[in-house]
Amino acid sequence: MSDQSNLPVQEPALVNKAKKANLILVFGILSVLFSIIPLAGIVFAILAFCLFAKNRSARTLMKAEVGKTLAIIGIFVNIIASAIELLFYPLNNPPSWLSVLRSDFLASSFWIDFENNFISEKRYLYIFKGLGVTFEVTFFAVLLGIALGVIVALVRSSYDTLKEEMRGGFGKGLLWFFNKLCGVYLTVIRGTPVVVQLMIIYFVIFASSNNKILVAVLAFGINSGAYVAEIIRGGIMSIDRGQFEAGRSLGFGYVRTMAFIIIPQAFKTVLPALANEFIVLIKETSVSGYVGLQELTKGGDIIRSRTYSAFMPLIAVAIIYLVIVMFFSWLVSLLERRLKNSER
Amino acid sequence: MSADNNVIISVKDLKKYYNDGEVKALDGVTTDIKKGEVVVVIGPSGSGKSTFLRSLNLLERPTGGTITFEGSDIMAPSTDINKLRQKMGMVFQHFNLFPHLTILRNMTIAPMKLNGLSKEDAEKKALSLLERVGLADRAKAYPSQLSGGQKQRIAIVRALAMDPEVMLFDEPTSALDPEMVGEVLDVMKNLAKAGMTMVCVTHEMGFAREVGTRVIFMDCGRIIEENTPEQIFTNPQNERLKSFLQKVL
Repeated sequence: MSDQSNLPVQEPALVNKAKKANLILVFGILSVLFSIIPLAGIVFAILAFCLFAKNRSARTLMKAEVGKTLAIIGIFVNIIASAIELLFYPLNNPPSWLSVLRSDFLASSFWIDFENNFISEKRYLYIFKGLGVTFEVTFFAVLLGIALGVIVALVRSSYDTLKEEMRGGFGKGLLWFFNKLCGVYLTVIRGTPVVVQLMIIYFVIFASSNNKILVAVLAFGINSGAYVAEIIRGGIMSIDRGQFEAGRSLGFGYVRTMAFIIIPQAFKTVLPALANEFIVLIKETSVSGYVGLQELTKGGDIIRSRTYSAFMPLIAVAIIYLVIVMFFSWLVSLLERRLKNSER
Repeated sequence: MSADNNVIISVKDLKKYYNDGEVKALDGVTTDIKKGEVVVVIGPSGSGKSTFLRSLNLLERPTGGTITFEGSDIMAPSTDINKLRQKMGMVFQHFNLFPHLTILRNMTIAPMKLNGLSKEDAEKKALSLLERVGLADRAKAYPSQLSGGQKQRIAIVRALAMDPEVMLFDEPTSALDPEMVGEVLDVMKNLAKAGMTMVCVTHEMGFAREVGTRVIFMDCGRIIEENTPEQIFTNPQNERLKSFLQKVL
């Protein structure tokens, strides 16, 4: 009797626990599925590990345990697959019994086209290696973009709020200078095409270096930072001034008011726009081919130039972008739902 | 320096100008606020009463004059305004609770981060304060789940959680439904009875008369008349005050 009456009280915690365990499991499975792609599998595995480490309560569930194990397997497979390209070996050297079984299929025009574009001369490697490069550039460019964006947004919005409060002197002068600097940065970056910026960084600024990935990360990170800065500044400005005053009146200084009260609220309003910016960034990296970086799009294009058939490699590239973006959007919607829950 | 050691806040010739003196929100306000006093500031809108209150903890930066809080000039460069603000609780017209935090967290964040209280101590204190205003059962709720009156009561105890010396109220009942005004005023009355020093900008004349120890009438950025509630309400001297009282009473 008493057990039953206790049940409803425990239910929300249990549901939450199960949800997190499910998420760990999903990440674990994804890390295995993506394990043949450099980086992607590892990213999912890390996500699974982080969730597992953070949620003690979810850890007790079997699903979470399975998810973690899968993540370990994912990393393992990732290392092996990229080391010896084991996975596609049988396709290139089919055993005789397999070729008999598949002779009909192998004779179809679809397969011939597919074989020509992706299998022969290991052309699939252009796609996979390209995808790895795309992920790598996007990942670090996003980090750089967020870092730059947050700094610029904070400088600009603190200049706006503090310019009246601060007494003159060195601090105010410094802030004024940085505010102007940020203004120039935003104007220049938002006023020129990203391809031009990329080429300037590669052919002019880093003319002596041949590290194309670094150049791409810098170019896209610096570019994205300008847009992120304005998104975040918009979010900060959207928070009611009363919130800021309430924080200050309790005795919090400017920095702590921002950190505890304004930024957490701004983040929530900014999330959809920020997610959109990163979706744009993933696809924007496709112009890296201008400086000869072989990312996903360039990889597909190289195949096209070798095989003289445009349809298959380009459609394959398009589908891969689409899947990545859809998956990312799904992740963001999960995060949004979680943030909404905290307010109701 | 002052002979009267009971003075907590001393305001001298306070001025706040906008547009290079074109608009004078405060035009030379001088008054002392003593310990245990409940000072009620009344006046028509645009008279500068909110600006005056918000200057006391420097949410508005005055153009001229001095404010002394417990002996230290709050506008002096060496003064840590954040430390002083911890001793001056403020309640706003629009509550300004933090919507992303629970009620309990709203009340514990400042004591924990600023006074270094442990989570347990801060929560114990918050819960006892919530008990005092009859909202202990809402500790885990978010502000959006509360009514206006409840929000304002929470805002009051959030400020009290910092153990302030003075409480500043900026039209605390103006944004409330009429039937919720009473519950907030009750909390304020109890606070006054407990001996809290209060400065309160309000349109609630009943509250001014019943709880106030002193009433300040402001117009055009100046203090026009300053007296006990009885004198202000039964024997007003100034013509402007007379016509104001006729309209609001």
